[in-house]
Amino acid sequence: MVESPLQTGYVKHAPGFVENEGPKLITSRFKHTDSFTLDKYLSTGGYEGLRSSLNRLPNQVHDEVREASLLGRGGAGFPAGIKWGFPPEGVWPRYLVVNGDESEIGTYKDRLLMERDPHQLIEGVLIACYALGLSQAFLYVRGEMALAQERIALALDEAYKAGYIGKNILGTKFSVDIVMHWGAGAYIVGEETALIESLEGKRGMPRLKPPYFPAAIGLYGKPTIVNNVETLSNLPWILNNGASAYKGFGSESSPGTRMFAISGHVKRPGVYEVEHGVTTFRELFYDDNFCRGIRDDNELKMFIPGGGSAPWFFQEQLDLPLEASAVGAAGSMLGSGAMVVMDETTDAVKACLSVVRFFARESCGKCSPCREGTTWEEKILQRILDGDGRPSDIDLLLDIGDNISPGPYPAAAFSDEGLDAVPFPPSQTTICPLGPSSVAPIVSAIRRFRNEFEALITRRDPIPLSLKVEEVVT
Amino acid sequence: MGFFNEENEEIAKEIVSRYPVARSALIPLLHLAQEQEGWITKPAMEQIAELTDTTSVEVLGTGTFYEMFKFHPVGKYLIKVCTNISCQLLGADELFEHVKTVLDIEEGGTTEDGLFTFEEAECVAACTEAPCFTVNYRYFHRASPELFDEVVVDLKAGESPLSKGCADDQGVMPEHGTLSRVRQQIPKTRSAGIKHPEEIKGPPSWIEEVV
Ligand SMILES: Cc1cc2nc3c(=O)[nH]c(=O)nc-3n(C[C@H](O)[C@H](O)[C@H](O)COP(=O)(O)O)c2cc1C
Ligand code: SF4
Ligand code: FES
Repeated sequence: MVESPLQTGYVKHAPGFVENEGPKLITSRFKHTDSFTLDKYLSTGGYEGLRSSLNRLPNQVHDEVREASLLGRGGAGFPAGIKWGFPPEGVWPRYLVVNGDESEIGTYKDRLLMERDPHQLIEGVLIACYALGLSQAFLYVRGEMALAQERIALALDEAYKAGYIGKNILGTKFSVDIVMHWGAGAYIVGEETALIESLEGKRGMPRLKPPYFPAAIGLYGKPTIVNNVETLSNLPWILNNGASAYKGFGSESSPGTRMFAISGHVKRPGVYEVEHGVTTFRELFYDDNFCRGIRDDNELKMFIPGGGSAPWFFQEQLDLPLEASAVGAAGSMLGSGAMVVMDETTDAVKACLSVVRFFARESCGKCSPCREGTTWEEKILQRILDGDGRPSDIDLLLDIGDNISPGPYPAAAFSDEGLDAVPFPPSQTTICPLGPSSVAPIVSAIRRFRNEFEALITRRDPIPLSLKVEEVVT
Repeated sequence: MGFFNEENEEIAKEIVSRYPVARSALIPLLHLAQEQEGWITKPAMEQIAELTDTTSVEVLGTGTFYEMFKFHPVGKYLIKVCTNISCQLLGADELFEHVKTVLDIEEGGTTEDGLFTFEEAECVAACTEAPCFTVNYRYFHRASPELFDEVVVDLKAGESPLSKGCADDQGVMPEHGTLSRVRQQIPKTRSAGIKHPEEIKGPPSWIEEVV
């Protein structure tokens, strides 16, 4: 198991969170054991962003958020201030739905924000409701996150009693209800239109597009803003300190900080709050202030830069900054802020199967390229690993991928082979991006490690389950 | 009528009242039913249908989409081992095999004494704390086979293992079906007022008074 200097003591605070050097805009309370209580929140500047908002007009608050260029943290990186401008004129009621369904492989940050600082999230929701002119918001927490539900329910109760939520908030006319909703286990519900279907009490299947944004037609057919937990958790800080202070962190196109979860074969895996846009992957994986290198000082083989849906990166991409456009041009995405680091002992084909299997299991089944395609991808990869692979299987995998996502699939440059980067995002024949996501590990792995696939296909006995490569080559 | 006990029927009605449209309460009510009975029974679905203005077929249709709802009895403790990539990289497959051996059941099975059900989990957002498993959706981080054994010993002895894993979570280990041990309660006097969307024609009245 991984050596971590924090192994024994740190779980008393936030398990997984690493308190390192650097600005802490949204994780500043994580170090306190009672960070989730109203008392602690109030004694550390809590609800000041709300007070400051209520002293301004709603559109001034909206302007401040637009000015801050706060990018969505749920995966797509869409600017929140611009999305908030989408509801069509004169259509009421409108709703805010908070996306707390975090379930993309490798992703771990929203759970921490909900468990450790629920009041910060609630304050963010209140600020958004004020700016948007709403009177009801829903906080959708992933079904499996029992402790997060508990902390949010407690925080909502405290905040209602203390007059921060409900009728006439802080003695003003502003009135809004926040209701906690909880899911029941389905990754696809994280997709915003599926989230809305689920909140309507239906099967969580994505809706046909257009409309592309539920801001036009959302919950109960009404304009609905869906924002991620981390996105909203930034609002108290922004309203407290102002957009220009916020832009003092990070880069011009990606201001502020972001929470990144770095898992896998690093010496100090964890969730870090990192300055957006300026830090590089190399710094994150190797610096003493972050993950401190690859375990056993092994070589890095590959890494997933932004959740299971992201095409893989390799050593050549280590010096890219954590910035959406740079990563996109290089063939992948920062997505949900989840990085999975794999060292030289990792078997590329097994890693590929692992990610594909997730998408195959989580496909909602609404469109056939995804439903059938992901199932086939899993079957073929499994038979290759079982020692039953056929020489045509590599092309077959790529062909299935091409049915789900036609044309060149996003991928990192591979200079040894003279291959240029194919920029993100992929095309799709499906209703939502889940289907195309299953192609990411396949194209990434085959492009880079075709020899590993070929070696397995010519081998005739099954390979043991574990992802470790040593057991395979002996 | 008649599945929910008196207390839960009150809670169910209170949950329905928080939503502009009753059907939105369907998933929370399925959870409530699972909390009462440990799994979802036919009478439960019938009463949920009445409460949410749907049919029991719609309740079943929605419910079966979601992996957490069980339509057959399961163990008192649902053990789930994450087998996704971050956990696999640090030994999830070995942990999975260990759990299978210790409980002596296949994935999806329940032990004869009705104490444990064992399932694979998809990423539970604890990837940096790999490998991990959950018991009734309570987390155990950086789990070794020894940690799992200790948890089983505790559960068999009727003791709470919660502080052994993620020390952030404390107290009694609830039985399968209970998620949050706290329920949100919106005091009637504090609610801003929840209305059906068709009853709302314009912006909330507070806007005019603020602007
Ligand atoms: C398959 C799929 C799963 C998703 N899962 C999540 C999720 O778990 N949490 C989340 O916030 N966004 C998720 N998203 C993105 C949402 O659709 C949506 O873009 C996001 O919640 C918007 O919030 P933001 O603008 O604040 O980022 C997912 C998207 C897709 C296609
Ligand atoms: S792409 Fe897959 S998950 Fe998305 S709507 Fe189609 S079948 Fe469902
Ligand atoms: S991969 Fe196991 S918790 Fe995320």
